[in-house]
Amino acid sequence: MVGDLVIETKGLRKTFISDEKGGKKEVEAVKGIDLTVRKGEIFGFLGPNGAGKSTTQKMLSTLLRPTSGEAKVLGYDLAEQQQQIRQNVGCVSQTGGADLASTGVENLVLQAQLYGLDTSTAKKYTSEFVKRFQMTSFIMRPAQSYSGGQKRRLDIALGMIHHPQLLLLDEPTTGLDPQSRAYLWGEIKKLKAEGVTIFLTTQYMDEADKLCDRIAIIDYGEIIITGTPAELKGYVGGDTIVFGFLSEDTAQCAESLLTKSIQVERIQTNKSSVYFTIKDGEKMMPELLRSLDAKNLTAQSVMLSRPSLDDVFLKYTGRSLREDEEIK
Amino acid sequence: MKILHDVRLMFVRNMQHTLRNPIFVFVSMFQPLMYLLLFMPLLNGLGSVPGLPAGKTVDVFIPGLLVLQALFGTAFVGFSLIDDIRTGVIERFLVTPVKRSAILLGRVLRDALILLIQCILITLVAIPFGLSINVGGFLLSLLLYALIGFTMASISYGFALIYKIEDSLAPTLNMITLPVSLLSGIILPLALAPVWIQNLAKVNPFSYAVDATRSLFAGNFLNVEIVEGFVVISVLAIIVFLWGLRSLKRMAS
Repeated sequence: MVGDLVIETKGLRKTFISDEKGGKKEVEAVKGIDLTVRKGEIFGFLGPNGAGKSTTQKMLSTLLRPTSGEAKVLGYDLAEQQQQIRQNVGCVSQTGGADLASTGVENLVLQAQLYGLDTSTAKKYTSEFVKRFQMTSFIMRPAQSYSGGQKRRLDIALGMIHHPQLLLLDEPTTGLDPQSRAYLWGEIKKLKAEGVTIFLTTQYMDEADKLCDRIAIIDYGEIIITGTPAELKGYVGGDTIVFGFLSEDTAQCAESLLTKSIQVERIQTNKSSVYFTIKDGEKMMPELLRSLDAKNLTAQSVMLSRPSLDDVFLKYTGRSLREDEEIK
Repeated sequence: MKILHDVRLMFVRNMQHTLRNPIFVFVSMFQPLMYLLLFMPLLNGLGSVPGLPAGKTVDVFIPGLLVLQALFGTAFVGFSLIDDIRTGVIERFLVTPVKRSAILLGRVLRDALILLIQCILITLVAIPFGLSINVGGFLLSLLLYALIGFTMASISYGFALIYKIEDSLAPTLNMITLPVSLLSGIILPLALAPVWIQNLAKVNPFSYAVDATRSLFAGNFLNVEIVEGFVVISVLAIIVFLWGLRSLKRMAS
């Protein structure tokens, strides 16, 4: 492995031939992407439906052969060392792929055996994951009877059963209820704490924001920007702060004070509230309050809102991620 | 050896699925049993015709009927694979280090074994109808049926992997099984057919299998038809299995 890079791609590209009216057409699903995922991080691949997230994940899991470009996964060459990659990577697709007629236990034991583990180790690992993901109450039933959240827990256990160093998760929480999402987020964080590197695709901004150490935003098969959630949001500009005061007069005074003393942008007063934008709003807040207090301009209410990843997506693509979801 | 380990895992997994609804092992014997009960008496009534000596109808008809079961009993196994493709099970197997050939072999061997059980049961049912068999010949015939089942199952899986939807699979499989069974002298002996049909039957690999199993049932072990039947079906089995394997490897990309 080169340094601490778990995934490294150069110009990874995938085209499909699709039948359309007027003949066959080449569709470029992934347009030559460069990616690096570091050891131990949760790397988020954020983008709308059809952006190329799953295609990229399928290439990294050896399921799809790249049209061109190269990649190393855990130091193994994607074109030459597929068996080593399969042995050491865990993979959970969007559909999950649990055998619905079989029980959860049957699914898990077989999956462990497919990775070459002997029967007793397979059973041991299975009971470990059953306890860990709190599946005891349903795991002896056929998987077709599971709820969405239960099925997803089984899917992830199937991907983790052989204790891989790298886990590829394709939209792990799509279609789940809020409780199940929160539960899965907790489990994904635990995996990270145990040293597993996680490559996660998602179309949810809050998921990328809360879960991921670094994010790449992908749209139409191209990576638009990569960085930590804070960095990405930093590109949008500062935080928005609203101070509420007792009277319009106080608000006017506060506005002139803030304009003179501190570097703020786009300040404006509306009735008894003062709105402005400022870099590092959280860090600046105590200082702002102190300087207001010093002039007896006590704020009655404070509101700080940070830029969201949607603002980032909007800035770089001219579209909102949410709009895309609604169209779908 | 890894391949044996993987084939065993896949075979057991598929057998578990079959045994969850064992009734279907018997349901798919319905067609040959109907032929035995409702069609064979008609042949008896024909009297002596070329290729079907009077009083020996059952001895000629049953080996062919078992080939019919080998063809139709395994031809539609591809539907179960489409279900596994749709639910993502096959993709999940493909991202593990399991041997790709084991994914297919585990199914095909299950299908061949189920077929053998059906063939034995049908033969037992036919004995009260006056069937006389050479036991050694019957056992060798079972091997031949297994090879036919292996072949048809591989064809079925191959098309399932290419189409991935049921709508196209059924007509394609019917298009293969119907002419292949009509052109192998199963229902009525080919000796009755005009020359052009007889010539057409010569390019049908399964007609060699029918000739081979009839000789085996009669205990004519020195008949060259037996060797021909085994060679033709073995070669076909290998070719279609490799074709199915290629479809599996190409499925995703």
